[in-house]
Amino acid sequence: MTTVLTAQALGKRYGRRWALRECTIDIPAGHVVGLVGPNGAGKTTLLKLASGQLEPTAGDIAVLGGRPGGTPAQLARVGFVAQDTPAYAGLTVAEHLRLGARLNPRWDDGMARERVARLGLDPAQRAGKLSGGQRAQLALTLGLAKRPELLILDEPVASLDPLARREFLQGLMEATAEHELSVVLSSHLVSDLERICDYLIVLVDSRVQVAGETDRLLAAHHRLTGPRRDPDRLPAGQHVVSARHTDRQSTYVVRTDAPIHDPAWTVTRLSLEDLVLAYMDKPAAADRRAPLEVQR
Amino acid sequence: MEEPVIEFHLDAKTGVSPYLQLVRQVRHALRLGLLDEGDQLPTVKEVVAQLAINPNTVLKAYRELEHEGLITARPGVGTFVTATLTGASLAAHGPLRLELQRWLAKARRAGLDEESIEALFMTTFRTTAQEDIA
Repeated sequence: MTTVLTAQALGKRYGRRWALRECTIDIPAGHVVGLVGPNGAGKTTLLKLASGQLEPTAGDIAVLGGRPGGTPAQLARVGFVAQDTPAYAGLTVAEHLRLGARLNPRWDDGMARERVARLGLDPAQRAGKLSGGQRAQLALTLGLAKRPELLILDEPVASLDPLARREFLQGLMEATAEHELSVVLSSHLVSDLERICDYLIVLVDSRVQVAGETDRLLAAHHRLTGPRRDPDRLPAGQHVVSARHTDRQSTYVVRTDAPIHDPAWTVTRLSLEDLVLAYMDKPAAADRRAPLEVQR
Repeated sequence: MEEPVIEFHLDAKTGVSPYLQLVRQVRHALRLGLLDEGDQLPTVKEVVAQLAINPNTVLKAYRELEHEGLITARPGVGTFVTATLTGASLAAHGPLRLELQRWLAKARRAGLDEESIEALFMTTFRTTAQEDIA
């Protein structure tokens, strides 16, 4: 198995509004995939389509080679931690583990107990009494003890304080190193994902703007600063991601696989955050130019 | 479990990729003699759990160091240092540091602030390096 998620012209419409459209991606297995974009961009929709909680309106999606949520076997292979890491407030930590064991055929009870003990969670404590960070760790424990091949997390750290956020991501990365686990997680903050993702999908206005391995994305994007120049006077191989002009100066973010030799430009590298912001900054008019051409 | 010899840290603001930061920290520790032949590096899982970073980042760093012949991974046992970068030069560090400290004190007395000192050092360092190449 080499592909964890493939989508072909995938779309989801609510009434007249497309929450996700023309989504074509192919994510290889063994990555920690960051799905970033502003609130309302369609991140949750894509994750729910991948976990089988939503049916597509258009196109196709396959997860680990199967139809999301299609069979009990398929359900067992994919873990899903919903937004704000919910738990049953009235149930204790121990009851959550028992429930997990009853509902999941591949449940790893030893791992669940070991994690709960290491986190210092009291098994008799009701989930409603846990702190936000503890509840998130409980939800992560349930997701990991299910022993999925793919774990999907929707904005898992958005509501956590910095320390709880760090501890959550430490636990997630440790599990990724230990078990052969692919992870897809969303966030509206790139800074949360910068260290942990080696694959990135940028989703803006219901469309995938760019997707690929972070190393390659960083190597292929450049910021060019120099005397004012119109975009049609840039070489054909340079795809303009964003452009800003003053009377005298132009600043472009371009994507190209070729080196940039033009001496008029000052060329600088982008951080992952700058790269994502450049795609978000894109004027609405440019969106209609096939966004897929920048994908690999 | 033995206490690891070195601990990694990451600086988000340098613009240097995390994997390269790890590589440099190992080389740095080797140069300063903090790491020696036979020392064990932290396992991938330990680094990942400590820094909350992607496991592939650590693997990539260790692969590069292995390629440079500085470390060897023994499957199931751990990753070990197999070379040093200090050689005979370590003995020279002390006197050189002393001279540098004297020079810094002189620069401060002459009224240079930290930024000016750094700029002066870096430009001199670069020009000399270029002259050496030419």
